[in-house]
Amino acid sequence: MSTDVVTDVMPLTASNITVRFGGLVAVNDVSFTVPPASIVSLIGPNGAGKTTFFNVLTGLYRPTTGSVHLNGRNITGQTPHKIASLGLGRTFQNIRLFGLMTAAENVMVGMHSHTTSNIVQIVARTRHQRREEVESRAFAQEMLDFVGIGRHADEYARNLSYGDQRRLEVARALALRPKVLLLDEPTAGMNPQESAVFVDFVRRVRDEQGVSILLIEHDMSVVMRASERITVLDQGEKIAEGGPEDIRNNPRVVEAYLGRTGTEGSAR
Amino acid sequence: MAVSTPDTIVQGGKGGAPKSPNRRWAMGFLIAAIVTYLFYAFVVPNLGAAGKTFVSTWIPAVATNEALVWVICAVGLNIVVGYAGLLDLGFVAFWAIGGYTAGWIMSTFIQAVNPGFYLASAAYPDQPGIHINWWLVLIIAACLCAFAGVLIGAPTLRLKSDYLALVTLAFGEIIPQVFLNADKFTNGARGIAPLDNVSPLPFGPSAITIGDVKIPISQPLGPFDTSAKFLLFAIVAAFAIFVSLRIREGRLGRAWLAIREDELAASMMGVPLMRTKLAAYAVGAFMGGMGGVVYAIHTNSVFPDRFTFSISILLLAMIVLGGMGNVWGVMIGALGLAWFNSTGLPQFGFWFNGQFGTEINFPSYSFLILGAILVLMMLFRREGLFPETRTRQILREAERSDAEELDGGEV
Repeated sequence: MSTDVVTDVMPLTASNITVRFGGLVAVNDVSFTVPPASIVSLIGPNGAGKTTFFNVLTGLYRPTTGSVHLNGRNITGQTPHKIASLGLGRTFQNIRLFGLMTAAENVMVGMHSHTTSNIVQIVARTRHQRREEVESRAFAQEMLDFVGIGRHADEYARNLSYGDQRRLEVARALALRPKVLLLDEPTAGMNPQESAVFVDFVRRVRDEQGVSILLIEHDMSVVMRASERITVLDQGEKIAEGGPEDIRNNPRVVEAYLGRTGTEGSAR
Repeated sequence: MAVSTPDTIVQGGKGGAPKSPNRRWAMGFLIAAIVTYLFYAFVVPNLGAAGKTFVSTWIPAVATNEALVWVICAVGLNIVVGYAGLLDLGFVAFWAIGGYTAGWIMSTFIQAVNPGFYLASAAYPDQPGIHINWWLVLIIAACLCAFAGVLIGAPTLRLKSDYLALVTLAFGEIIPQVFLNADKFTNGARGIAPLDNVSPLPFGPSAITIGDVKIPISQPLGPFDTSAKFLLFAIVAAFAIFVSLRIREGRLGRAWLAIREDELAASMMGVPLMRTKLAAYAVGAFMGGMGGVVYAIHTNSVFPDRFTFSISILLLAMIVLGGMGNVWGVMIGALGLAWFNSTGLPQFGFWFNGQFGTEINFPSYSFLILGAILVLMMLFRREGLFPETRTRQILREAERSDAEELDGGEV
């Protein structure tokens, strides 16, 4: 395996990932890296294997072949919670907050792997546990302030507005202190203005929190505006990779999205 | 009974939910326990014949003590079902293990099955068997149950929802059967009886003599010292409640809530599902074990036929009735249903049959009535009598979204 050579600098490296479900090849030999402090996107038409690939990264699926490295550490086939605690945060396409917990509590759940109090310490409420609890609370507030919903800290997540829920998901993922943040269609259900605001927000997350961001997105205007590099999947294979301009003009990408037509020109 | 330490207020673990109700409930519990004790210890013996009859008919001390056993176990099961959202239909297993632990190490039983074995004890110098102070037994049994909880949970908790419920149901059936059939270790259907008298204090002399006056300090309590035992049981129940309340506010409690809300999201946020669920199982089983010991002491015996499936179901009904997740609600639910089952229904039956000359066997309808209550609950008050602040939220949500729809569906 040549994979161990390149991996130690990159926050996230997926090497030659193949996922087979029985006879179906969902992802075929896809390699992919997320450079430090970057915003990269993964796009592709429906059924391209984006979600499967995503699930491999987060540990829900074990790849048939290939490996995933997070900050130089092999996380292939690790459990989701282990991968999360090693520094891979994510949000969900259809928001999955803990609705009956407050915003602050949601963020504090994200800090679970960074706190250590055990049952006895919690029941006895030792000095260590109390300090940890106060610190968690303060850090949660800090994260909520960062994403701009600090004043809603004590509201139940389900009562927040849609946009605030999206932001809360980011805050919760940031509580993991991740190296890489995966955003799964974060602007789904937003109007163009809201999407534009969200793109600026994602940039700010990258700049101020120092995380790399991997975006899965359907909204091309968001993808083109936000990302520094775009990877295109189609039918389980990587068909293109490059900057927004390259991708926009790549005939294979156009074909994947719009279908093959008689003349090359009419595909635009 | 330090349920209401100042920390409860200081620590902002639960965010939006207000803290003061806990203190008020804790004070209420304390006062109710003391009043109940004083009532049974000093008021009842001095009542007239009519009063005594009334008490022994409608609120006998034995039933009150037994209700506390139910409280301890229901509060324990609430951690598994209410906090972590794992349906457990076999909680009686821990009750049984706790009971048998008490049977083994605080009676002459070991001598009966193993004549060579003799563990000398200061409290019982002239008796064979093992005689350990009941406080220690309480801890040993609870720890053993927590361990059993992990053993049972490790393979079981990989399953989800309905499948988990089915397997726990099986364990709840298997373990009492094991106790019934492992004749050599449990005395089979004959059970273990009697148990030792319990000393209220874990150590020290039972009494001291100054001059001619003998002052009792830790007089062992026999089967009929119900009012004194009530105090001991109340302390154990208070401990169970205290642990439940504390453990909920903290990283473990939050992790349980998160798993209850969305298991997948929780694991993606770094919460180890298996460990966290096992912790819920272990803590629940810990309390189940304490309940088992207390029950064994309450009845002064351990019999395998007592640990029936209906116990697990009744415990669940207590939790649902009281308000899943809310410790105080569960306590009220447990007290209410325990009284209904042990006293209310049979006595009502006697009264009814006497009044109308019928011969209806009311206790045999207890589960019919219980089922009816639960169905009505599901129809009209799904969240229980005293719901958690969080759960109450869901009901308001329904009204809110209706209103939003009228507003033009703006989210």
